[in-house]
Amino acid sequence: MKAFLKKEWMEWLRTGRLLVLLLVFTLFGIMNPALAKLTPWMMEALSESLAETGIAATGITVDAMVSWAQFYKNFPMGLVIFVLLCSGSFTGEYQRGTLIPVVAKGLSRWSILGAKAIFLFGAWTVLYFLCFGITYGYNGYFWDNGVAKNLFFAGACSWVFGIWVVAALVFFSAFAGSSAQVLLGTGGVALGMYLLGLFPRFHSLLPAKLMEGMALLQGAEEPSGYFGGLAAAAIMAALCVAAGGGCFGKRKL
Amino acid sequence: MNILTLSHVAKHFGEKQVLRDVDFSVPEHTVFGFVGQNGAGKTTAMKLVLGLLSCDSGAIEVNGMPACYGNTPTNQFVGYLPDVPEFYPYMSPAEYLQFCGEIAGMGKKEIRERTGELLHLVGLEKEKGRIKGFSRGMKQRLGVAQALFGRPKLLICDEPTSALDPAGRKELLDILVSAKEQATVLFSTHILSDVEHICDQVAFLHNGEIVLQGSVEEVKESRKTAKTAIEMERPEDAKLLLSQFPFLKLAGHRGLSLEDTGRLWEILHFIAENKLPILRAERQEPALEDLFLEIVGKGKG
Repeated sequence: MKAFLKKEWMEWLRTGRLLVLLLVFTLFGIMNPALAKLTPWMMEALSESLAETGIAATGITVDAMVSWAQFYKNFPMGLVIFVLLCSGSFTGEYQRGTLIPVVAKGLSRWSILGAKAIFLFGAWTVLYFLCFGITYGYNGYFWDNGVAKNLFFAGACSWVFGIWVVAALVFFSAFAGSSAQVLLGTGGVALGMYLLGLFPRFHSLLPAKLMEGMALLQGAEEPSGYFGGLAAAAIMAALCVAAGGGCFGKRKL
Repeated sequence: MNILTLSHVAKHFGEKQVLRDVDFSVPEHTVFGFVGQNGAGKTTAMKLVLGLLSCDSGAIEVNGMPACYGNTPTNQFVGYLPDVPEFYPYMSPAEYLQFCGEIAGMGKKEIRERTGELLHLVGLEKEKGRIKGFSRGMKQRLGVAQALFGRPKLLICDEPTSALDPAGRKELLDILVSAKEQATVLFSTHILSDVEHICDQVAFLHNGEIVLQGSVEEVKESRKTAKTAIEMERPEDAKLLLSQFPFLKLAGHRGLSLEDTGRLWEILHFIAENKLPILRAERQEPALEDLFLEIVGKGKG
């Protein structure tokens, strides 16, 4: 499995996938405080036209919360880009037939799936916390992160949501034939969860709940309200990887 | 001892029965030619051995162990060269071979030595660039190197020579012959001259069954139709003979072919009596190609 992990690292590095994702997540990390910082200036620039419509923009104060709000707005976009760029991780290999010599050499299929899954989870973790860390650092520098409640717990919730989506990506990659199918499957599951979350009965028991980080930061919700979502995401992620392993073991390469 | 045994193996894809009842074994340290038309099921049979496809029925044994679908432990004995080998384009050949060695759990020193040795064997030692820019022939050679990397007991090659130019083909056949010292080589092909050149054993796959198997000599003997070719000096004499002996078959302008050698005397008698000038009368050894054509039902007479 170590050999395959090394190969994945080389692939991410040399195909430029790692560089692109690092750039995107760094950019998002910087953009959150930057947009917050620019808000008063933009409001001022727009104040005239706003005044014409009857809205008076006066005394706008910006703090870390504005930047964190931006973070939770941008976070789904980062996750979508991650899924888009990683959707061909398995299917590209099926289509080119590059896994055949590897399997024919006796490397177990579990090792292949395991290495790829570990790499995807690892990459998501590093990229997510890079973005989170940059925003945290700037927010601390410009304002005060103390205004946000449960900051790290909320951050961990979004990270777990990402892990759940990546697990779904692994599951669909194990049997899909093309990256389009993987995207459809992963997107479909995420959308399905969102729609189910519209029913108040299921709301707090679904991974989609984990996306509501701002409510935690504002103190509108307590961490205990997120435990159900966390447990659901963890269980579903584990099931996705296990079921993916089962499918991958029997799929035609 | 047999390194590979297929017993009554069957496989279908949808409506199509690709393999009906494939039954053969490959003795150790031989070069085994697996011959069949395009689409006869050679690749399917090889993929079954590698556990890349599942059998409908029958059993496969590699080195005395049963091969199964999915994770088959027997793959540790096998090196495989696919018909169109594909590698990671962002690696160099040396890096790819190193990756193969690491998968096989070999030590660092051994990997380094084996990489140098095999790159030299396949003539890629000077290629430092990435696989991305490789031609089909170069990929084929790298394919042989990766297949031999873990010193497999059984080397399975799927039509290794079909995409190569004559020089590349000869080199590849030489590599396969040299591999025989360490491994048993099973290779599928429809190029019969390759089989005649390097194989000890051969099996013909047709209509999903093995229709003929044995050593190359045995196989040739078994179908010794002992045709006789007669070539006359003048085309009109050939026509005359044909009118006298309608069981003869015309081959070219002045050549005739006789299948029933028992009647050669009558013909020779007629030639002598009429003093017809003759260039040659020759008994022909059956070539594998004739056998193949005979088997697939397109015999030349």
